[in-house]
Amino acid sequence: MSKHTLSVMVENEPGVLSRVAGLFSGRGFNIYSLNVGPTLEKGVSLMTIVAEGDDSIVEQIVKQLRKLVPTIKVKDLTELSSVEREMVLLKVNAEDSKRAEILRIVDIFRCKVVDVSPDEVTIEITGDQGKINALINLLTRFGIKEIARTGNVALRRSMQLDL
Amino acid sequence: MKLTGAQILLKCLEEEGVDVMFGFPGGAVIDIYDEIPKSSVEHILVRHEQGAIHAADGYARATGKVGVCLVTSGPGATNTVTGIATAYADSIPVVIFTGQVPRPLIGNDAFQEVDIVGITRPCTKHNYLVQDIEDLAGTIKQAFYLARSGRPGPVLVDLPKDVQNQITEFSYPDKVEMRSYKPTKKPHIGQIRKVVKLLKQAKKPLIYSGGGVITSGSHEELTWLGQKLSIPVTSTLMGLGAFPGDDELFLGMLGMHGTYAANMAVNNCDLLLAVGARFDDRVTGKIDTFAPNATIVHIDVDPTSIQKNVSVHVPLVADCKSALAALKKETKGTLDEYDWASDHGDWVKQVQEWSNTHPLTYKDDDKTIKPQYVVEKIYEITKGDAIIATEVGQNQMWAAQFYKYTKPNTLLTSGGLGTMGYGFPAAMGAQKAFPDKLVIDIAGDGSIQMCIQEMMTVVCNKLPVKIVILNNGYLGMVRQWQELFYEKNYCATCMDAQPDFVKLAEAYGAAGFRVTEKKDVESTLREAFAVDKPVIVDIRVEREENVYPMVPAGASLTEMLLV
Ligand SMILES: Cc1ncc(C[n+]2csc(CCOP(=O)(O)OP(=O)(O)O)c2C)c(N)n1
Repeated sequence: MSKHTLSVMVENEPGVLSRVAGLFSGRGFNIYSLNVGPTLEKGVSLMTIVAEGDDSIVEQIVKQLRKLVPTIKVKDLTELSSVEREMVLLKVNAEDSKRAEILRIVDIFRCKVVDVSPDEVTIEITGDQGKINALINLLTRFGIKEIARTGNVALRRSMQLDL
Repeated sequence: MKLTGAQILLKCLEEEGVDVMFGFPGGAVIDIYDEIPKSSVEHILVRHEQGAIHAADGYARATGKVGVCLVTSGPGATNTVTGIATAYADSIPVVIFTGQVPRPLIGNDAFQEVDIVGITRPCTKHNYLVQDIEDLAGTIKQAFYLARSGRPGPVLVDLPKDVQNQITEFSYPDKVEMRSYKPTKKPHIGQIRKVVKLLKQAKKPLIYSGGGVITSGSHEELTWLGQKLSIPVTSTLMGLGAFPGDDELFLGMLGMHGTYAANMAVNNCDLLLAVGARFDDRVTGKIDTFAPNATIVHIDVDPTSIQKNVSVHVPLVADCKSALAALKKETKGTLDEYDWASDHGDWVKQVQEWSNTHPLTYKDDDKTIKPQYVVEKIYEITKGDAIIATEVGQNQMWAAQFYKYTKPNTLLTSGGLGTMGYGFPAAMGAQKAFPDKLVIDIAGDGSIQMCIQEMMTVVCNKLPVKIVILNNGYLGMVRQWQELFYEKNYCATCMDAQPDFVKLAEAYGAAGFRVTEKKDVESTLREAFAVDKPVIVDIRVEREENVYPMVPAGASLTEMLLV
């Protein structure tokens, strides 16, 4: 079992999201996260789906996604060099005595405080899974009260120049 | 030309060459019904929407054309779901038109509203809710194209009532442009050459042919390949008729109720050429022991079928017809220099020996009527020149085993979904397509009661379908499992409380016959087939007869229970 990040370009027509989501639920595939948004091209949306499964399951997922009529293109970014990012909002306990340390962590991780109250701060972080997990680990001991995650978005890396 | 949505629908059907559709009216499609008499499309009024969709499906299977059905919103639409799933499971091209409440009411739990597009999403190849009259003609064009191209399947078009009433300029697009849908069709020549090489190396090749061969119309290519290269052929239930059932190289069906020869051949072959078949669990038995010694080549138009259930050595994504034609082309030139027949000679001999030592058989006797005997008689009388539909259960398996299908599109059966109630309305659809052909539904007493109401449809449309009920007074196939694996706990499978089928036929205006003695089977069938109207022949067969061979679910193909 491993996680695969799939980039799925679809016609932005009614019901396309439920077609994709239904494919996963109907066939017993696991979605770890799913993210959709418009692309530059009119009428085309990009979905970033993180799916879990062994190789043969992921192969089926990719083929089944391609088979959906509104699907234009499916790429498994896991095998390609890609950039992946997720944005997470975390609401953390922050009484006076803890606040300074929390803010120091925020600083080290180059994330942002987006809301403050006398005993809580809400932090926004953007990064890859490793960075986000590290931050969550560090903040757990203060008490994370709420968390909201977007799931990954991803793009294939451009060709790199050898400089 | 300015037309209403309803008029546009019928114009589009005419453009698609649709000559008949099966349907049932309601408020949400009344505007379409208002136009039907003015169009060249004939409408057959069924008695239940399940009958409409199965009939459209049977019409499609028998003709190779797209079947069409039209039903109203809500309950009309939901009544078609079983039939849609049936067509989907067997990749049958049908287009289903459903009425929908007017757009402003959609989502408001209006009277007779259901989200049929949502309900049928997992069991259609694709579906549409037409939101704008300007999209109507294009959507219908796409629906027919999708239904018949690539791996065929059902496509549903949901039509809000107010769209049916809107008016616009009609023009039918002459081609379909879809950037997202480009079914692969042509085989990769490198892969074809690889297959030819494997065929040359193989000492024990076997063709495993499925419904895809029939759907793609490639039975001639398949037959050529088997016969010229001297390769034995086994078939799925859906593939019966693609290779002549009376040919010496034909081993019959493989799998759970397959022949001894076919299952042994799968177990021993060194090359398995799977064509348009999808390695269903009813075919493979226990996956780990399926074709253990074989290099597997898999030809299928649908990439998702490949590597789904078994791991394949040579995948070949292509329309079966063009793949088999390419194989034919590549091997044709070798016929002189390469002696396929003698090269495969020992293997063919071995396979035929299996066929001879363990033919499909049953213990006949004169006290009771064996269902297999009835099917054999049907074959003898029709000389194989009939369209056979089946219901589901033992009747279906006996119809597959004891009737020889020599031509494609002559067996109409629900393979993938196994839908009881399919056979009779499907036979009705086929009879509509071929009014002069003998169309027979081989039925069980349980299944026939699921869509029996279509008796009225066949009677009033003069569709002389013959129903032969192998009446065992049980839900026989389930009873067989209970007998073999559940210590004869015949819970809920006894069906000896049943209508008088003869009187029932007569009540509908059809003819009814009953047979209780073996000596009367043949003469009654002959008489019944000669009647120029719908007929039910109720044949009281041995009650606890079983279908053999049988590979218990989850066992290996070689672990067959024999007669
Ligand atoms: C709609 C539906 N319901 C239930 C089943 C399960 N089932 C499979 S075979 C069978 C028995 C069929 O009985 P009958 O039609 O009398 O045929 P027989 O097996 O006796 O020939 C049943 C209940 C099914 N296939 N389809």
